[in-house]
Formats: sequence, C-alpha cells, structure tokens
Amino acid sequence: MDVMKKVPVREQDAKVRAANFDEVCLGYNQEEAMEEAQRCLNCKNAQCIKGCPVSIDIPGFIANVKEGNIEEAYKVIGKSSALPAVCGRVCPQESQCEGKCIRGIKGEPVSIGKLERFVADWAKEHGIKPEKADSFNGKKVAVIGSGPAGLTCAGDLAKLGYEVTIFEALHEPGGVLVYGIPEFRLPKEDVVKAEIENVKSLGVKIETNVVVGRSVTIDQLIEDEGFDAVFIGSGAGLPKFMGIPGENANGVFSANEYLTRSNLMKAFKEDYDTPIIAGKKVAVVGGGNVAMDAARTALRLGAEVHIVYRRSEEELPARVEEVHHAKEEGIIFDLLTNPTEILADENGWVKGMKCVKMELGEPDASGRRRPVVVEGSEFELEVDTVIMSLGTSPNPLISSTTEGLETNKWKCIVADEENGMTSKEGVYAGGDAVTGAATVILAMGAGKAGAKGIHEYLSNK
Amino acid sequence: MYKITRAETLADNIFLLDVEAPRAARYCEPGQFVIVKMDEKGERIPLTICNYDREKGTVTIVVQAIGSSTEKMKYLKAGDSFHDFMGPLGQPSEFIKEDLNSLKKKKILFVGGGLGTAPVYPQVKWMHEQGIDVDVIVGAKTKDLLILEEEMRAVAGNLYITTDDGSYENKGMVTDVIKRLVQEEGQTYDLCVAIGPMIMMKFVCLLTKELGIHTIVSMNPVMVDGTGMCGACRLTVGNEVKFACVDGPEFDGHLVNFDEAMKRQQMYRTEEGRALLKFREGDTHHGGCGICGGDE
Repeated sequence: MDVMKKVPVREQDAKVRAANFDEVCLGYNQEEAMEEAQRCLNCKNAQCIKGCPVSIDIPGFIANVKEGNIEEAYKVIGKSSALPAVCGRVCPQESQCEGKCIRGIKGEPVSIGKLERFVADWAKEHGIKPEKADSFNGKKVAVIGSGPAGLTCAGDLAKLGYEVTIFEALHEPGGVLVYGIPEFRLPKEDVVKAEIENVKSLGVKIETNVVVGRSVTIDQLIEDEGFDAVFIGSGAGLPKFMGIPGENANGVFSANEYLTRSNLMKAFKEDYDTPIIAGKKVAVVGGGNVAMDAARTALRLGAEVHIVYRRSEEELPARVEEVHHAKEEGIIFDLLTNPTEILADENGWVKGMKCVKMELGEPDASGRRRPVVVEGSEFELEVDTVIMSLGTSPNPLISSTTEGLETNKWKCIVADEENGMTSKEGVYAGGDAVTGAATVILAMGAGKAGAKGIHEYLSNK
Repeated sequence: MYKITRAETLADNIFLLDVEAPRAARYCEPGQFVIVKMDEKGERIPLTICNYDREKGTVTIVVQAIGSSTEKMKYLKAGDSFHDFMGPLGQPSEFIKEDLNSLKKKKILFVGGGLGTAPVYPQVKWMHEQGIDVDVIVGAKTKDLLILEEEMRAVAGNLYITTDDGSYENKGMVTDVIKRLVQEEGQTYDLCVAIGPMIMMKFVCLLTKELGIHTIVSMNPVMVDGTGMCGACRLTVGNEVKFACVDGPEFDGHLVNFDEAMKRQQMYRTEEGRALLKFREGDTHHGGCGICGGDE
C-alpha cells in the first residue's frame, strides 16, 4: 500500500453509467475503509475539523473506523451532522476538510468524504438510528423548508428537546437534495429518504404542501399556531435567465425545471406521469455543479450534450470531480463560448443558438479574468434543447409577506452568521435564503448556527 | 392525503370536486389557484379555485379531463383522496385590495369562457358579497358544455349567456356580446376581467383595447412547482418576463404576449397526447404511442 495515495474508490464504468441513473460512485467496503483510515495521522491540532462547516471530529471518527468500531464512528459524526450519508457524497471535500489535511501536503489527503459515506451507509444497513432527546421541553419551533439547512436545524433542536415542525412547500421533503441533485449522485430512496427518516425519528414532524407566505405566513405561525421561534431555510429557488432574444422559445428550460422534472417528478422513470423533453442535441449554458447535473441528466436521457461556458476550463465553478465525471461520460465542453440569441422554427421550437467566441481579459470584481467577445466570431450551434443554468436567487415569497424581515439588494434575508438571528424577533434564517446559492454543507452549517441561536433565545426567554 | 367530500359532473368531461384542505381553505382568495397530485406517481396539475368554505375547510375545484392525469381524476368519487393538494398559490385578484368605496363606483364586466367560468365565479361571488352588482358574460361551445349557470345567476348582476352554436340563449362568441353591450346598448365599463381559453382572452383583449376598457386576464400555462422555482410558466408581459405562478396568474391583458404564450402551451401537447392514448387504450394498448417501448 502506498500511504501517499488514497485507497481507490470503485465507480460504475463511464460507458455503462452514461445510460443509467444508478449511482456513479460505489463507495468503500469495510476492508477498504479500514485501510484508508490507516492513512489518517490523527493530528493533535486537526486542520480538517477547521475546514468542516459543521466541525465534525474527523480524526475521532476515523480512529474508530481504523479499529473497526463503525457504530462508534457513526455516533461521533452524529454529534455534529444530521446528514452524513448526504455530505459524504456531495460536500466539496477538496476545498474543505480534505483541502486542509496534513497528509495532503506531500501526497493525497485522506479520503474523508468517502469514509464518512461508508460510516453512514453502514449505520443504515445495520439499522442504527441517531439518539433521541429524553423528553420535550414544551417549546415549539417552526422550520421553513426541508432542505439541508432546515433538516439540520430541526435535527439539532429536536435533540435538545424542542417540538419541531418542518413546513415544506413541495410534496416531498428534502429540498434541493430531492429536486436538484440527481439520482446518480445522490440516491433518493436509499440515501435522502433514509436521512430524512432519521431526522423524523428524533421526533421532528414534517408537513408537506405548505407554501409559507401563501398557505400561512410567519406571523400566523407565531400568533395563531403558537410557535415560539421560526427558522427560515427556504433556499434559493428562483432561476435566472440570460435575457437574450428567443429565450422563451419552446425547448428552453431552466436547469431547475429540467432537474425538477427528472429528480422530483421522476420523469426518467417510465411509470411516472410527468413528461420531460429528452432532446437530441442539448446545450447547457453555465459551468457550475448544477450545469453538470443537468448535462449528465440529459446525456442519460439519450442526448448529445454540450456545456456552453463563457470562460475557460480553469474558471469552471463546478467541482473538479464533477467535471471529470462529465467528461468521462462524453459531455462536450464548448468553452469560451457565449450565447447571444436562441433561434426558433416556425412553431416556436428551438432549432439553434447563436454564439460568440470569448477570450479572457483583465480580472473583474470576482478576481476571475473577464471574458471579452472576439470580434467577428459569431457562429451557430445547432441544438434542439437549451438548458439555462446561470444560478438561482432566493424566493421573495417569505420576505415579501413577513413584516419587519430585512433583506439585502439581492433579496437575501439578512441574518447573523454566528446564530442566524434576523431583524425580526424570534425569527432566524440560514442557508441559501441568506447567502444565495451555495453548497449543501454550508447550508447545514447555517442550520446548526440557527439551532444554536434559537436555543439561546428560547433558553433566556 | 386530502379527502374529496363531493364529486359532481358538470358537463361532458368537466367535473367539480370539494376537497378537504384546511390550510388552503383558510387563506385562499379569488384569483388564486392550487396544485394537486393524484397519487405518488402522478403529475402536479395546477387548477383554479372555484369556491371555498373556510368553516368546513374545503376548497372547490373544477377540472376538465384533457390530459392523462385529469382523465384519471374523472373517476374520483366522494371519499377518495388526493395524494397532494398545495395552495393557495399566486396573487389574489388585485381588486380585493382596492378601496371598497372606489371599487363600488366602478362598472365591472366579467367574462368566463368554457372552464374559465369556474375561476370567474368566486370573483363575482366576492363582488356580490361586497354589495357590488357586476355584469357577467358566460360563453360555452354548446349548451351541454355550459357550467355553473345557476350558481352564477345567483351572484351576478346581469348574466349574459352565449353559445358558439346557438344551442342556448345567444349565438356567437363572448366578444359578440361585449360589442353588443358597449356599441349597441351603450354600456361603459371601467374594468373587464376575462378568463378562458387563451385564444378567447386574446380576442377579448384586442376588442377591449379598442374600446378602451382596462382588462385583466388569468394565465394558466404549463407549470411544475408553482412557487417560482422552475420558470416553465414564464410569459412576456409588457417587455418583461413574468412567472405566472408567483407574479400572476392575473395580468394586464393588454400587455400579455398571447402568441408566445400559446406557442409555449403547445410544448407538452405531444407527450401528454401520447400518455392519454396509452391510458385510454388500457390493456388493449399495443404501442404506437411512442412511449411504451415499441409496437410489440
């Protein structure tokens, strides 16, 4: 064994998986996990913990894996994270825990994410549940949204003895874990549902089909339904479009719509009623993780897929692992390319996209080199489907119906990073609703901070 | 689960359902809509609210069987349930926020075409409850497809019914009645609310623009989540892109780009048509629909 290298993780072959929706990464077995755990240096001043938004005792759980005490390892993680099976799969470990790993200075860092995933999957297989509070403390908290921020906040508060109800707008709990991230990266039944069941087993109630701001307002929850505090984790669900001509043609979708049809409504399965347009030749505009998800979904539905991104490969905001997987599966990258118009046929259906070539100029406000149009480089890309994946912003439904809730110019709710406190008493917020679109684990970190803030507030009330 | 407490057939392929949905019933207002889902694997279907009973906690919806999901709904009876019932969604009609005294001075015309009569009803009823008599035009293809006549008569000031084929009351389109009322009978209106098929709303708007009557329409485009998340329901209103689910569903009809909206509505016609074919043929289905795996 080469201690400088990670124990390799088994994956579905790229050719096979390009035609199915099964999970790409197969994960470690116990033998592989214990071998990988040997590589952890068990640093006294563990840097990895500092890189983790929810501060999991990483050397602590890995030490247990090394000894084969997987149940103990699960308990160690459970102290900090309500969703280990999810995080082990979708966290950007390379820029967080693994990015700080001392082992990673000379060789490859310890495969912390894959170890976390192994522990969580093992616990599920062995029917181990997180520990419940002994009794209710008589105080009620409402959590808006059942995505990563809401689930984490609800789980933490339930463990402290609060009576927690999560209100979810859609028919299925999970938020972005259910509507956004595809099955092949995050299995819904085995992983997401199982984690939500774990949160429910702590005593958390989940009420679906409640659109807060329409079905009920935050003030009504506090005044009429007796909630002592509210946590808003409603995410950033509003899609952006480019504002170019032809964008309302048939066959142009937001990545949100495309992914929701496939993930939440399961349009890719034959026995579900929701239709999806597979497309023969698809352009996905954008270069983030969501763009990769949409592209790889379209590919699995049988299309030739192009990622159209205005900067170069270096600036792609998506995780390196996702770009790598996408390339392996056959996604074509049209980099330094920017759409200027979508062309439609006489029935209003997409038949192509006018694009220009770009080159990188001076760095802009984000520190990345600004893409500039190459004069006279206009060309036509022949496509029948366009998926716009340009990011999302928070839904104003809650902020516009809650008096005294401050938002900033991006319509994000203003909340304290340390404790989630907003401008309205008893109302806390965190996750994408506050930061704009970010990652699952950052939302979970904010959910934790919100739970801490609510606990302090209600303990002193 | 959301229990159905009443199921009635109103016309061929058009039916009414009362559904127990206390949260939606408590806060819904005229102009808003709901999204329902029949079972675990069903589609999310946006439907307009036709009535509500805050005390009983029920919402009344009127459905026309046009796709495979709404076709299945036709067979629902009292005692059955919807798997999901979400709402209310969208903005309430603007007039309910208006100052009542100034509203009472206005002369208002409501136009309901076909299934569009259902969402017009709660608005006319609301007006009636505020003591405002409004003129109502209801149009249907033919007598057998006319819905909610008695209910509407009970709350409308003047009710004008017209059928395309002349099988009942007036013969002709709703626009013919508007023309008659304004141009021949000298009626004046400050506001027109027109809800029905897109093509009807388009022609009503062309006419009322000419006549100088401010007109509100209710758009019902393809939608997935209904909360502003998917953008499938986007429309061009004025020169702006609006989402029908959160910015609407009601808009200034003189600013809506109907031609684009109608093209967008066609998008899923093929797939839905195919699913319908498969459903209708049931066990006798032997392919040809393009979705069942071939012509075995």
